[in-house]
Amino acid sequence: MSYIIQAENLAKSYGEFLALKGISFRINKGECYGFLGHNGAGKSTTMRMIYGLSTISEGWLEVLGERIAPITPPHLKQVFGIVPQEDNLDPDLTVIENLEVYGGYFKISGKEARIRGQELLEFMGLSDKTNVNVEKLSGGAKRRLVIARALINKPKIIILDEPTTGLDPQARRLVWQKLRRLKEEGVTMLLTTHYMEEAAQLCDRLAIMNDGLILAEGSPEKLINEYVLPFVIEVRVSIDMLPPNINEKIGAMGGRAEYMVDSLFIFTENGREMWENIHETGLAQHACYLRPANLEDVFLKLTGKREEL
Amino acid sequence: MNMAFSILKRHLIVFRRTLWSNMVFNVIEPFLYLSAMGFGLGAFVQDMGGMTYIQFIAPGMVASASMWAATFECTYASFVRLHFQRTFHAMLAGPATVADVVAGEVLFGIVKNIVFGIIILVVIGIMGQVQSVWSLLIPLFLILPGAVFSLMALSYTGIINNIDYLNYYITLITTPMYLFAGVFFPVSTMPEWLQTLAWFNPLYHSVEVCRGLVVGQVSIILWQHAASLVFFSVVLAPLPVYFMRKRLIS
Repeated sequence: MSYIIQAENLAKSYGEFLALKGISFRINKGECYGFLGHNGAGKSTTMRMIYGLSTISEGWLEVLGERIAPITPPHLKQVFGIVPQEDNLDPDLTVIENLEVYGGYFKISGKEARIRGQELLEFMGLSDKTNVNVEKLSGGAKRRLVIARALINKPKIIILDEPTTGLDPQARRLVWQKLRRLKEEGVTMLLTTHYMEEAAQLCDRLAIMNDGLILAEGSPEKLINEYVLPFVIEVRVSIDMLPPNINEKIGAMGGRAEYMVDSLFIFTENGREMWENIHETGLAQHACYLRPANLEDVFLKLTGKREEL
Repeated sequence: MNMAFSILKRHLIVFRRTLWSNMVFNVIEPFLYLSAMGFGLGAFVQDMGGMTYIQFIAPGMVASASMWAATFECTYASFVRLHFQRTFHAMLAGPATVADVVAGEVLFGIVKNIVFGIIILVVIGIMGQVQSVWSLLIPLFLILPGAVFSLMALSYTGIINNIDYLNYYITLITTPMYLFAGVFFPVSTMPEWLQTLAWFNPLYHSVEVCRGLVVGQVSIILWQHAASLVFFSVVLAPLPVYFMRKRLIS
């Protein structure tokens, strides 16, 4: 029983609507566990239940061995650092005041909060913004400040709900780098994202969610091995223009045809060989793109057949 | 309760920054009423039970300015924190409960109502309208109406989902309370049924106590008014917690 968070058949309903249809997961100490899914897959609902903004409808949830019913009590919230989806920094306060006031909620004295706040601003690369009003910060800086705020109480568990949504590539990488540093320090992290790259970069283990359920779980490598072949050829021809009997031809060559998001993907053990003989299927090489399979392929294979996409 | 004071501390940091701009606005209005009504209307009104007209309305200005301060804080300002700034959500992600958040808002409503009560008290003092040292008890007394007005306003703020609906609260609740509280004329001149209704108007009790203390007519009746306000506070206390919980926790 060394799981830091454990859930069994966790479900949430809003009236008739089932936002979460019974998910189970176990998170180990010190690991980074990610929930990957579309908007509305149930990721944020799960996070909100853990950090106490939603009640549990069914199933159970344990944090540090303590059963939560129906809502996370304040003393458990003491061990969390929360990075919510929206930046709810206090616009009436300066950067350092945001940290000091938030520290006050955790019974950290004003002086201690100020010292710790300065350290965190240093760590997040924001020390030149100490006395700036938060409204004047860029999106990336705001995000880093939210993370700094989440660290003020030296949390055992950090919960990040889409930590880099809306950030530019530089800002995103900077956030990742900080999060990896925290992980090295042994902090347990829970994050939701719909960015495959983010999940692959940060997470030890992942749960792929769709429509309120977990469809697959495991390390990024394990998921790739389990659900797709190592190479993929993306065919850039619309489906109704494909040569006849292409599925059979691909099958005969040892490949696997998958149709995801209105495109043909050919998965194969041996990418180079398939690529060199692609003309045998009737496809032109210039319309095909060979690359190693990645998490996105797994994700699309599991969730991408949604009607609306 | 510790947490509520940590939240209050947050509000006070912000308040300190906006105190001066806030103060000018909050002083001008009662000052305008006081001079227009006191000097204008007062010229026609000769006797208000042994007081001049300006003497009569001055303590009511203290009580009503306090009410407006608490009301605006726990309507518009709380609404902005709840919906636009999501300050409450941030507090709840920390170790606060909804009751803590509500308590923090109400405490701040009380603080603002006392601060503006004191300011108006000083203003009417400068105008020579404070007759008794009993007035020094007013800041302490204002805790009671401050709690009632904050709880009322915050409950309504928790019910509505659009900031425009706050205007209805001001027009249909706060303004009638203001007009029928014995600020501008004695409640005893109103029809019987309005007099009965006045007992349910917290501002009426606040005005009566403030007037009693300002002019030095201290009697056992003042305790009755104070007790009514305590009663209202106790009855109202669970309401904003209930409505805010419905808003904040899904």
